[in-house]
Amino acid sequence: MALHVYFCVSPCIVFVHHVRSEQVRMLDRFSNKSTSGTLHLTATHLIFVESNAAVTTAAQEIWILHHHIASVEKLSLTTNGCPLVIQCRNFRVVHFVVQKERDCHDIYSSLLRLLRPVSYEELYAFSYNPKQNDQQREEGWQLIDLGAEFERMGVPCDQWQLTDVNRDYKICDTYPRDLYVPITASKPIIVGSSKFRSKGRFPVLTYFYQEKKAAVCRCSQPLSGFSARCLEDESMLQAISKANHNSRFVYVMDTRPKLNAMANRAAGKGYENEDNYSNIRFQFVGIENIHVMRSSLQKLLEVVGSRSLSASDYLLGLESSGWLRHVKAVVDAAICLTKAVTVEGASVLVHCSDGWDRTAQVCSLGALLMDPYYRTIKGFMVLIEKDWISFGHKFADRCDQLDGDPKEVSPVFTQFLDCVWQLTEQFPQAFEFSEWLLLQIHEHVHSCQYGNLLANNQRQREELQLKDRTHSLWAFLLSEQQNYVNPAYCPGHAETHPVLEPSTLPCHFKFWRNMYLQFDRSMHPRQSILKNVLTLKENNRQLEDTVKELEARLKEHGISPPTLVPQAPYRGHRCFPTRPHSLILVAPLSQKEAQQRQEEEEEEEEEEVGEEATECCIDTERTVEGSSGTERKESYGDLQETYGAKAEPAVVSLEFGVARMTC
Amino acid sequence: MEFSEHIKTANVEDVVLRRPFYQPTKGTLCVTGHHLIFSNRGGDSARPFLLLLRNIDAIEKRPSVSSGTITLKCKDLCVLQLDIPGMEECLNIASSIESLSSLETVSEMYPFFYRPPFLSLQDQWGLSSTEQHYAQMKEIHDGWRVSQVNRDYSVSPSYPPAVIVPHSIDDETLVKAARFRQGGRFPVLCYYHRETGTVIMRSSQPLSGANRKRCREDELLLQAVIDGSELGYIIDTRSSQQAQQARMTGGGFESKSCYRGWKRLHRQLEKGKVLQESLIKLVEACGDQSHSVDRWLSKLENSKWLSHVQTALSTAGLVAECVERDGHSVLVHGSEGTDTSLLVSSLAQLILDPDSRTLAGFLGLLEREWVQAGHPFQQRCAHSAYSHVRLRHEAPVFVLLLDCVWQLARQFPLAMGFSEPLLLRLAKEVYASDYGTFLCNSDQERCVTGVKERTHCLFQSLLRANERQHYSNPLYERTELAIWPSIQPPSLQLWKGLFLQWTDDALHLVEAQKVIQNLVSQCHRPLNEKVENTDG
Repeated sequence: MALHVYFCVSPCIVFVHHVRSEQVRMLDRFSNKSTSGTLHLTATHLIFVESNAAVTTAAQEIWILHHHIASVEKLSLTTNGCPLVIQCRNFRVVHFVVQKERDCHDIYSSLLRLLRPVSYEELYAFSYNPKQNDQQREEGWQLIDLGAEFERMGVPCDQWQLTDVNRDYKICDTYPRDLYVPITASKPIIVGSSKFRSKGRFPVLTYFYQEKKAAVCRCSQPLSGFSARCLEDESMLQAISKANHNSRFVYVMDTRPKLNAMANRAAGKGYENEDNYSNIRFQFVGIENIHVMRSSLQKLLEVVGSRSLSASDYLLGLESSGWLRHVKAVVDAAICLTKAVTVEGASVLVHCSDGWDRTAQVCSLGALLMDPYYRTIKGFMVLIEKDWISFGHKFADRCDQLDGDPKEVSPVFTQFLDCVWQLTEQFPQAFEFSEWLLLQIHEHVHSCQYGNLLANNQRQREELQLKDRTHSLWAFLLSEQQNYVNPAYCPGHAETHPVLEPSTLPCHFKFWRNMYLQFDRSMHPRQSILKNVLTLKENNRQLEDTVKELEARLKEHGISPPTLVPQAPYRGHRCFPTRPHSLILVAPLSQKEAQQRQEEEEEEEEEEVGEEATECCIDTERTVEGSSGTERKESYGDLQETYGAKAEPAVVSLEFGVARMTC
Repeated sequence: MEFSEHIKTANVEDVVLRRPFYQPTKGTLCVTGHHLIFSNRGGDSARPFLLLLRNIDAIEKRPSVSSGTITLKCKDLCVLQLDIPGMEECLNIASSIESLSSLETVSEMYPFFYRPPFLSLQDQWGLSSTEQHYAQMKEIHDGWRVSQVNRDYSVSPSYPPAVIVPHSIDDETLVKAARFRQGGRFPVLCYYHRETGTVIMRSSQPLSGANRKRCREDELLLQAVIDGSELGYIIDTRSSQQAQQARMTGGGFESKSCYRGWKRLHRQLEKGKVLQESLIKLVEACGDQSHSVDRWLSKLENSKWLSHVQTALSTAGLVAECVERDGHSVLVHGSEGTDTSLLVSSLAQLILDPDSRTLAGFLGLLEREWVQAGHPFQQRCAHSAYSHVRLRHEAPVFVLLLDCVWQLARQFPLAMGFSEPLLLRLAKEVYASDYGTFLCNSDQERCVTGVKERTHCLFQSLLRANERQHYSNPLYERTELAIWPSIQPPSLQLWKGLFLQWTDDALHLVEAQKVIQNLVSQCHRPLNEKVENTDG
């Protein structure tokens, strides 16, 4: 039901190749459990359909988008068949055992061909069609408008102006067309400065803190080498400094570790020499580079993916992976930026090497701390659009969208989402969105289903005519934004805490299980507060509607509505909000709920609570969701060997298992 | 001895109190027999701040010439600071606190003086007795009976007067079996599983000793438990090596040959000193102000607290699994049978039994499995994580239980009828309380010292209407099913609400909880009713 979107692939592509293999077993990676079924390979998805599902439950289906597959590995043949391990970019790991080796080889080689698209046109976004007409599509693309966003910040103003130097991407082809610079920065200064900056990424405005007229600017490293200097670049910084009357100097935050920056000098790059630039305060903040982050996350995934992990090994592994340390470094840098801007009222120039990874992280996270608008659903999209998409974070390279250099791949954006999640955990009331939004965005960075996050920069996107040929992710997310609402959000929080001051104590940095183990259901809480509260809210809204409707009807009959008399709580008539279409997000909607909803839709009959108990007795097992007998044996004890062979119970499907209570 | 003898200076003016979440305030400090009272100079708006002296775990004083500073580290992990003008006053106050906070005589403790208006001493002390509990469970009346064999505490000093045992076993056999168990703690029923008709029993270790003594009556008793069925499990909360070693000191385990049909499984749960040190290290790690993630993670690992949580939950899961899935009865014991056995048996019941997951049911469970069953609260909770006193019998077994329950509630946020504030309240009350519930080490001691006549019961107070609302889980939806916790390390979390409750961060969480609570209560009732009314 939730997957219907994927069916809308234009048919001409679907039949290109369709490999099918029956008698495939899927193994759970944390237990000895397995599910048997059939594997289908279409042009866009790898689909596993469970075959021996009980009569009462729908067959479990797993859809894996080819773009999500990071690697396919064929292990050596076993007596049971040929194992195939698939690792996905959304952190799903599936382990199939295909009975026939030839089938396995077919799937393997087809996948290898499919998962290395070489041109953008092969990506899903170009064939994906969510049944919208051109007008709707166009409107979708207009939902987020960066010009309006700068206006909201109060730019242009008496100190900052829009410049047209990059109208044709002539000065910098990885920047957007519209750039904001200090009024005193003349065109020659801009051009000169851009020549002195790596990839031409000269200092431009990314966030304007209206209250203190302080600016957050971003750029790439200067080509200073050991001694080179550039007067235009120096005047550029001077101009930024002068645009802010609150502070005599501008902070320059080099987000790299000092050692890395110094090493860059040998290659003719480097960092600003405080002696050459008047009125700057220079500072390193020490965030590691993309290669360190890549291997750190790799290590982290290895640790949490290992079976029968002890608590000690887990914590030690967490430590040695360094991931949380890196996450904290990014958050620390954002806090530092925020303090400089909001407390001291100083302008800050942020850069790293090229100014599109660490710089994007720190600028956007800083803005999130400074401005409550970015903590709303729409505002968060604007933030990503501004600091990541338009300023040229290389999504295609970093997220491995096309077959390219593996050294360019790095979880920089994932790490940003992780940082945001850490903040939402610290300030549960401050964010309008829940982690579901973060997970969904992450899902689509890799799905290549929407045009927004494709390619490396705006220029490429225009060349690809993405706005005409693909759909906007933001439109899709906004259309179902009720699913991403954080029920604890208080709009009033923004007034009392316009600037967030997160704690930097290390105990506040946690492993984000719902991201990195999102498909390993057995790890998750078996019931979700978030989902429950959303359901309640939705329920409430519908009841309100019913009340209105009934009152209106009473009025028609000329009877005044009765006043409210407290009564025993009324139960029954449950409704469920529509679920997001992502796999992880769809999961909490249990089979039973789906049935209930269907029933409700069909006959709008109230469902007795008592029925639940009898109804679920038909199901196979008396356990709560996802923890089948075999799995528990794995987790708690060595019972198996002690009482000999006992018939294995029917397996509870993990995919739908999370919220299902079988009885 | 009169309290006044300890109080050299009763009142000090111009004391500055620093405590979490509040600005430092100047006011008057007053020491009484059981409390520190601090009242604000203005005294108009704020109520005086009251601190139970019993709550103070460690006191550090730094006197200087004209003034002094006292740091109070409390058992609820709060740290306070008092700036007292005058060195002499400072020293006097400190010594009063030192001696008054470590009074050992039970009948001098505050619960004997606490008389809240809403409770009466005439009320029944406690929620339910063994007999009442038995009477409610009609389904066990055929196979099980209440035995009064311990009515004068002569068979087992740490057991309650009445226990539930198999019908076929008479009191005489029980007396003999008790002699074969440490502390006389013979196997008794703690949970009956309706669907399978199997039970969870608990006891202490058998005293088989080095020469493998046997006890016919003990064997008979266990035989009667699995009557008819071919198999029962003994979950020993020690490693098999520890169990072997216990034989040298007169303890031991049930050997296969003597106990036919019983299968022993060993699961090593730490207790005593190891557990206490784990808590101390954890609290130390949580107080660490360094900003290094690596240091934090390694300290957290080094404390091993989460490992203990993992083991406890997994052992309880094993017990529940034996009962529920395999349909076999289980006997749980360690050595004394007053710590880890209780931990495991009560967690297993929470996993299996929906009745024990309601607010009243949970408190009832704690009363049966901890208070009546003779967990030595006074010894275990004499000191907490800050104390410099040499450890004797201290061990945070009960806190570990609460943490495990919290983990369960995290994984099944709708299944529990009670909420995190209840667990936090219990974690505080177990160390220092206005109520008598957690005083003494056993039922017998409670009778002797008059706890039941002269103090009030915490559980009853918690079940009063307005308290009940505060401690109920707004999202509660009863489920009849077993709730199987995940024990994978990524599923377990540090209990911030307890261990970091005095940091600013905790405030945000509390606020968010309130929002959810309001939201739910708004959503739940009125509209439903309105619809019904209008509909009708």
